[in-house]
Amino acid sequence: MNWPHEHLLDIESLTAAEITTVLDTARAFKAVGERAIKKVPALRGKTVVNLFAEPSTRTRISFELAAQRLSADVINFSADASSFKKGETLKDTARNLEALNADVIVIRHSASGAPQFLSRVVQSHIVNAGDGAHEHPTQALLDTFTIREKKGRVAGLNVTILGDILYSRVARSNIWALTKLGAHVTLCGPSTLVPRVFERLGCRVTHNMDEAIAGADVINLLRIQHERQRKTMFPSLGEYTSLFGLTRARLARTQPDVLIMHPGPINRGVEIDSEVADGPNSVILEQVTNGIAVRMAVLYLVCGGKGPQELAG
Amino acid sequence: MRADRKGLARFFMPASKLILDGPAIQRALTRIAHEINERNADPAAVALVGIQRGGVHVARRLAALLQQIWGRPVPVGILDVTMHRDDLHQQLAPEVHPTEIPFDPNDKTLVLVDDVVFHGRTIRAALDALIDFGRPARIQLAALIDRGHRELPIKPDFVGKNLPTELADRVIVKLAEADGEDGVYLEKP
Repeated sequence: MNWPHEHLLDIESLTAAEITTVLDTARAFKAVGERAIKKVPALRGKTVVNLFAEPSTRTRISFELAAQRLSADVINFSADASSFKKGETLKDTARNLEALNADVIVIRHSASGAPQFLSRVVQSHIVNAGDGAHEHPTQALLDTFTIREKKGRVAGLNVTILGDILYSRVARSNIWALTKLGAHVTLCGPSTLVPRVFERLGCRVTHNMDEAIAGADVINLLRIQHERQRKTMFPSLGEYTSLFGLTRARLARTQPDVLIMHPGPINRGVEIDSEVADGPNSVILEQVTNGIAVRMAVLYLVCGGKGPQELAG
Repeated sequence: MRADRKGLARFFMPASKLILDGPAIQRALTRIAHEINERNADPAAVALVGIQRGGVHVARRLAALLQQIWGRPVPVGILDVTMHRDDLHQQLAPEVHPTEIPFDPNDKTLVLVDDVVFHGRTIRAALDALIDFGRPARIQLAALIDRGHRELPIKPDFVGKNLPTELADRVIVKLAEADGEDGVYLEKP
């Protein structure tokens, strides 16, 4: 057991042992979601605030359900209905939430580093639910959890991440988590979106789809993020699909037990064919289920106090 | 000089006293098994639930002894109470272990098993955790050692040994399955 942190800000600063602690803890919390009564009182009386300054449905709902299954009270605070629109700064918003005695603030923000900033100005525990193109730690943890659950291990596996790497916080967090746990990571996509500089993080970079997926144990597909791209990074979606879309024909050239993952929302017919997304290799919906367990584990771990662990009779 | 050295030794190594050896543990468990038998007319309705971690091996041993008496296997579940504790804010988040209840607890007599009963707070958490799985007909409590100092109105139905202790003492239960030897020790701080 190894978790000395009050916050979850990124994967980069975690050790392999700390990542494993989250995954082990999540395994026990996953079992709670499979019971008739899907609720435990671990965070009873605590208040969790979802501060989402960027639109999100699935991550917010996943955090909301995770907090509720731990018996915490949850407030959702979203960009369109909040004081962000009225010109309040992030610091003032967060200090107001702190004045309401929020124990945990789950933050999504378009600015990289917003969670780090918050952790310095308020006393609450901060959980990063995605900051700019920097990190999305709980997504990487749930992806790693799903891989470990399905393959029995992470070390030594060949994991290919396909698509928009440059603008993707999911890719960055996954690269940190997977390389720390000993997986071999290959990145692939248009050269404009997958620059060679990622080789410095210990990844293999290729712009050839067939090369990227041959020998892969896991293929993690990322969505093309239209909203994050200021200008077009490739000629057309049609060209992207023909070069990098995961079709059944391409899938047939990979290992038969390859795992197909996607953080969602999926663009059917763009990065992935419908029959692949719904096929037997796909674990896309299991990722959603596992997301709740991993977020329960993260909320539980950051809420731990500072005293030594003891097992009282 | 002599007294000083003794004092130092005590400082570095807490005094540890053997309370129950292997045969004494087995005798205590056998007696508990017979008491469980006397209290429960219908063996088919009884299941054991060991509390992680110390209670799990005790529960498995009791199940083996009950099987000898009843001539039928007795279901054993394992229960982790970490998520039901009330002191998360006081300590680093404790390790969470699996809970497995491989039988339907509805209308059963569940015998909750722990190695040591102390404050009673673990048992309180265990009762809450157990009731999430269904509505047992009744819950009974068995413990190898009752060391006193209860903070809640909880009393075991079956006790292997009542052991008077100071609050700061530690009671260490070792079982061959986990620790390579059987023995109950009392350590003075």
